[in-house]
Amino acid sequence: MFEATARDHRNQRVQTSIRLGFLSMTLLLAAPVLIVLGALVYKGMPIISLDFLLGDPTHGMTQGGIFPALVGTVCIVVVALIASVPAGVAAAVYLSEYAPENWLTRAINLGILNLAGVPSIVHALFGVGAFVLFFGFGTSILAASLTLAVMTLPVVIVATKESLQAVPMAFREACWNMGATRWQTIRTVVLPNAVSGILTGVILEVSRTAGETAPIMFTGAAFFLPFLPQSVYDQTMAMSLHLFVISTQVPDVPEALPYGVALVLIGIVLVMNSISIAFRIWLRNRKKW
Amino acid sequence: MVSDTPTQDPLLSVRGLGIRYGTKQVLSGVDFEVQRNEIFGVIGPANAGKTSMLRVLNRMDAFNKNMHVDGEVRFRGKDIKSWRNLYALRRRIGVVFPLPVGLPMSIYDNVALSPRLRGIKKKAQLDEIVERCLTRAALWDEVKDRQSQLGSLLSGGQQQRLTIARALSQDPELLLLDEFSIAVDPVTTMKIEDVLRELKSELTIILVTNLVQQARRLADRTAFFLGGTCVEVGVTEDLFTGEVQDQRTRDYVEGRFG
Repeated sequence: MFEATARDHRNQRVQTSIRLGFLSMTLLLAAPVLIVLGALVYKGMPIISLDFLLGDPTHGMTQGGIFPALVGTVCIVVVALIASVPAGVAAAVYLSEYAPENWLTRAINLGILNLAGVPSIVHALFGVGAFVLFFGFGTSILAASLTLAVMTLPVVIVATKESLQAVPMAFREACWNMGATRWQTIRTVVLPNAVSGILTGVILEVSRTAGETAPIMFTGAAFFLPFLPQSVYDQTMAMSLHLFVISTQVPDVPEALPYGVALVLIGIVLVMNSISIAFRIWLRNRKKW
Repeated sequence: MVSDTPTQDPLLSVRGLGIRYGTKQVLSGVDFEVQRNEIFGVIGPANAGKTSMLRVLNRMDAFNKNMHVDGEVRFRGKDIKSWRNLYALRRRIGVVFPLPVGLPMSIYDNVALSPRLRGIKKKAQLDEIVERCLTRAALWDEVKDRQSQLGSLLSGGQQQRLTIARALSQDPELLLLDEFSIAVDPVTTMKIEDVLRELKSELTIILVTNLVQQARRLADRTAFFLGGTCVEVGVTEDLFTGEVQDQRTRDYVEGRFG
């Protein structure tokens, strides 16, 4: 008859306690998320109505809705994505598939990582200098979006590069052996297999772009502007700045209002992320996987 | 060092081929010729430089900066180093790896990829190529009703035949097989071997194999590689029963070392 030794029992006890340890860490990290979301829903939900979503702010922003800010945030995020995703993906493809392994490539990679560590207020000042003044876009959606695009480029590049490198080398070699050029290989085999990783990067970028306040404060977001933007050269209100303003700059704001704004902001991010997840599923189905 | 007698118009001629990675010499002084429509076997123990040689033949060394090639390889009489368009060269040379690589796309797309890349768009024409290549790779009957299924979900043996079908879809003049049967069961191996015998009438095959008996079954002539040199090239049956120029060849094919 087989008997478990004392050592076997000990191994099992250690395995159980390690597993519990990891589980408790996971729960500990999930707790703040749940508490924040819970508080937002509990305190913000009562104020949310169709009038709140589709109305203009009134009475010095203490009443009314948030429609201009909502539209402004969506515009800023969309323009930022249009500016940064193609450029970021192209840069990542170059770095991962074409670039020779030398000091220049290493320096560029290091630069991209450092770009991710630059404080957002520094990006804001860069945006003012480059897009508002030098290129003459003025304080506008375009300037704000480009500033955010520069800020979030590292997210797209790193996510794309990692998902490209996760595509097995054997796939590329099989294609090259067939006489496919590097570009044909990238287009037919490498990119299609990296799409979900790239979209994960886009999701992260959407969240960051929608939530950032400092970079858009000086480059395109308005304090109070109850009109919808007519072009990318217009200023606009934005959810994140609006939340900052009504929380700190405006007296006599009802308590539910900031919670409602924050809840809608999270809602926007969720909706945009759902779109990219849906896109990912659509791509996968189209390939009959 | 032995070389076989040169003949007129070989498909491939290798003269003084040497390969080194950095400073490490893995192959040196290799001479042989491959005639059109023959199966040319390459046998030898691990680390003999067989796979490195195959990489040179279709210029995959261009992707590895660390890999240095000396000597001369002529394909259809033209030095492969002077081919301006490497893609055109590689398309004429199909390769099958030891481990099957089913690309993560449908079975149909796996085989249609190469024709598509060279500009064939008509559905009827692609259908015809896919059916012909899958049939020649002895896979058509097993997959004809599920061509839209993912190629990488096939069993190992089926994926290897899919890889062969894909190599054939390039319409190659030379097919390089690198230990194709390593991940394939014996029955499938026999099926593929039958296929190779038939293909001989249409193209030329270089068969690198660890299985001495496989070389004996298939190859018209065989080269024996050992420790980075080509010890012997000759008619396959001679290696087993006839005169050998180097006793090590006989020892290897009879399993006394290796």
